[in-house]
Amino acid sequence: MTSLLARRGLRLLIPFLPVLLLSACNTVVMKPSGDIAAQQANLIVVSTVLMLLIIVPVIALIILFAWRYRKNNTAATYTPDWDHSTRLELVIWGAPLLIVIALGLITWISTHVLDPYRPLQRLDAARPISMDTKPMIVEVVALDWKWLFIYPEQGIATVNELVAPIDVPIRFKITASTVMNSFFIPALAGQIYAMPGMQTTLNAVINKPGIYEGFSANYSGAGFTDMRFKFHGKDQAGFDAWVKSVKAGTVAGASASPAAGALDRGVYLELEKPSEREAVRRYSSVAGDLYNAILNRCVVPGTPCMNETMAADAHANHHPGADTKATVPAGSAPDEIRTTPSTSVRKSPHAPI
Amino acid sequence: MPQFDLTKLLFGRLSWESIPFHDPILLGTFAMVALGGAGMIGALTYFGQWGGLWRNWITSIDHKKIGIMYMILGLVMLMRGFADALMMRAQQAMAFGDNAGFLPPHHYDQIFTAHGVIMIFFVAMPLVTGLMNYVVPLQIGARDVAFPFLNNFSFWMTAFGGGLTMVSLFIGEFARTGWLAYPPLSGILASPDVGVDYYIWSLQIAGVGTLLSGVNLLATIVKMRAPGMSLMKMPIFTWTALCTNVLIVAAFPVLTAVLGMLSMDRMLGTHFFTNDMGGNAMMYVNLIWIWGHPEVYILILPAFGIFSEVVATFCSKRLFGYTSMVYATVVITILSYLVWLHHFFTMGSGASVNSFFGITTMIISIPTGAKIFNWLFTMYRGRIRFELPMMWTIAFMITFVIGGMTGVLLAVPAADFVLHNSLFLIAHFHNVIIGGVLFGLFAGINFWFPKAFGYKLDDFWGKCSFWFWVVGFYLAFMPLYVLGLMGVTRRVSRFEDPSLQIWFIVAAFGAFLVLLGIASMLMQFYVSYRNRDALRDVTGDPWGGRTLEWSTSSPPPDYNFAFTPRVYDNDSWADMKASGYQRPRSGFMAIHMPKNTGAGFVIAALSALVGFALVWQIWLIAGLGMIAMIAAVIVHTFNYKRDYYISADEVTRTEDSRTRLLDAHA
Repeated sequence: MTSLLARRGLRLLIPFLPVLLLSACNTVVMKPSGDIAAQQANLIVVSTVLMLLIIVPVIALIILFAWRYRKNNTAATYTPDWDHSTRLELVIWGAPLLIVIALGLITWISTHVLDPYRPLQRLDAARPISMDTKPMIVEVVALDWKWLFIYPEQGIATVNELVAPIDVPIRFKITASTVMNSFFIPALAGQIYAMPGMQTTLNAVINKPGIYEGFSANYSGAGFTDMRFKFHGKDQAGFDAWVKSVKAGTVAGASASPAAGALDRGVYLELEKPSEREAVRRYSSVAGDLYNAILNRCVVPGTPCMNETMAADAHANHHPGADTKATVPAGSAPDEIRTTPSTSVRKSPHAPI
Repeated sequence: MPQFDLTKLLFGRLSWESIPFHDPILLGTFAMVALGGAGMIGALTYFGQWGGLWRNWITSIDHKKIGIMYMILGLVMLMRGFADALMMRAQQAMAFGDNAGFLPPHHYDQIFTAHGVIMIFFVAMPLVTGLMNYVVPLQIGARDVAFPFLNNFSFWMTAFGGGLTMVSLFIGEFARTGWLAYPPLSGILASPDVGVDYYIWSLQIAGVGTLLSGVNLLATIVKMRAPGMSLMKMPIFTWTALCTNVLIVAAFPVLTAVLGMLSMDRMLGTHFFTNDMGGNAMMYVNLIWIWGHPEVYILILPAFGIFSEVVATFCSKRLFGYTSMVYATVVITILSYLVWLHHFFTMGSGASVNSFFGITTMIISIPTGAKIFNWLFTMYRGRIRFELPMMWTIAFMITFVIGGMTGVLLAVPAADFVLHNSLFLIAHFHNVIIGGVLFGLFAGINFWFPKAFGYKLDDFWGKCSFWFWVVGFYLAFMPLYVLGLMGVTRRVSRFEDPSLQIWFIVAAFGAFLVLLGIASMLMQFYVSYRNRDALRDVTGDPWGGRTLEWSTSSPPPDYNFAFTPRVYDNDSWADMKASGYQRPRSGFMAIHMPKNTGAGFVIAALSALVGFALVWQIWLIAGLGMIAMIAAVIVHTFNYKRDYYISADEVTRTEDSRTRLLDAHA
């Protein structure tokens, strides 16, 4: 629907040169390589055109009236006491209202269709897929100040390098270690925040092979500027080969540091320490429960996991008479349990539709 | 047994290392500030003005003088905020690839934080509050605000809050968190130094001032209108001031509370917004924007009011659609509370929640659009005089619709996912804050300056300032829209992609033109002062004004109006002129007036001391300061000499001299 509107919009766009001039430069947001970002770019065009329907006449009228009714032009009509017209008022309130109704409909639909939590329904405009299609999972952790990518299905992990096969739906599960960042690859899809103790989700697909820019789009402290990574879109064979070489610790490439071995809790705790301008690292294996431990803030052995704490709290709250100290998970400090009302912490602010 | 440490008791965390001797930029600034300050103190002493300054200004409870002091505070802080802007533009224009620019992240991050905080809290807010303070009582025919002492106290709280921010430049450092200081970044773990504490206490102190000033103006507008001025006969500027102060009273306590919780997290070890122990940083983000979104309407509504007054006056025509203008203002006021989540669509809310807040945001554009149309149809069949205030208004109308359009675009959640935090967003909000609020304030300053000082502002330098500002604004911010679409995010101190550089250079050049605009404005003030006799207006009504403030002399006497005017129309002064109003020349009576007091200054100064001590954890001084503050408040309550009468003779003398002046120029 949005693309149809966009095509119609493009014809209307011709008088509006400034917008067209933009296409002359390298505007990755408007010319992305992933289907989600492409739909978002279309949406920007459609919304802009809709609004220009009212903005352009208004600007023209401002200039026209300012010129026509200048003081020296005594030929123009002057009605110092005219201050009301019901018909004009109807237009004044009605015209923006109509535009907003149209835009509101587009907003409602596009927000649901392009909801980052929603499983993909198409690879691109021509290739619909079933919503049950199993996506590739990538777990993203924003660290101070680098990105950790865990590929649970492949059993590998990388730092500051993201590789994905083209035309395969990807589901990113995103969290952070200490402060808020925002995970953003403009060529792929819109951004979503990476927040400690919480998980956000992004579903997306990359359609063209290439190397794209990814970065944090939310200021996160001293090393923020260099918190960038390259996102590689490869064909399936290329991706498989890459996974294989990471597992074998034999990735070619001068910039990469030597294969970093296994990523377990100990290695992670070292990695988590603040550092800037980190080189790419690749781990040939990764501890299976690491991501969940990061998300639930219990990587350090002996710390209680948030999900377990919340489960214990929920249990206690639902049985008001019950002994609140019951069922404390092993390894957690019991005196820290009840400081967290279960309702105040949501592991995931939103569940998929 | 803790060891007794005298140094720690007296200085807390403060030490010689806290003074940034290593930073040449800061040392240079400090030298300039010190020289300027010494020069000013020297001049005040030399000309024997200390007593006058204290009696006529610092302790003044006259809303007009307080209004002027707010304006001076705002303009001075504009210099600081703009210096920050210039440094950022210069840094981003040069820092590409291996060139790290001249600002290391540690300094750059403080600058963008300080720029945002100062421009919103200590430039836009004082300028808006200053204009409301000056104009509202005059527009409603009142002698002063409802609580004159509170007004003085509010001003000094704002000023000392700003002062505390400025102190952070030379003692310690400012926050490196962005202007809203989101935790966990602003929490004690990620920001253990004093920067965030300066941020918190500056805003807490200034926030008290803003809140009390809001209460004050609200009470003034509700209770002190001249007889006959029903709500629907209030001038539009007063209407927007009313709505703005409703927003202030409802929104600022949220800011105070959320900053209070943040400081408890930092100082007392609570867990409101921490990562662990059940804290949730998203609660902070929600709360700060529940204040933050109304805040932008607190700034823009009075600007809308200014444009309404200016358009009607300079088109020599009644404002088109007064009633729909009032309703539009009220609708915006209410809706401004229903949109806060649009600042963080990308934090993982569900599609329905995002859609709701996106659509409520778009709905705000309907009353705002109605306002634009109302100004447009006020121009229609008018006789437009392109004096400076009207020029600013035309520039505003064109600029603001562009900013409004990009704003609605950002309100579409799925589009916001690619534009959030990008330079497109930066361009958008500067587009509406500069193009809306600042242009409005400049229109207001040029419009009401003759009222406040009795002479018009110089036209030539005013036009220079106008063109430099407008052209500079477009050159500085249109490139940022493009950069946003090129996927460039905000608060980055260095870039890799060389194709971006040309846009940053254009933007830096735009900022340079704005610098010339500010310099021209200062020149305009100076030249106008020098030529004040040639620019003098004796009528009190230099523009053919339509509302009550133009019915009294310029500058108005202490008591504003010898007789409280009676109102029959929403353009009451235009109505009085049309029906052949004769100024009363006799029968004057004594006028009851409030008396100056230094209590506001003293309490505010003490609160700044307490704030400084809390920043540096000098608990002894914080405690003593707090006790002194409470003592000062109690002492003030025993001050019964709070009012006096301007005798009938003196009123007669003042009014007679005006009569002679008017007759001489008739």
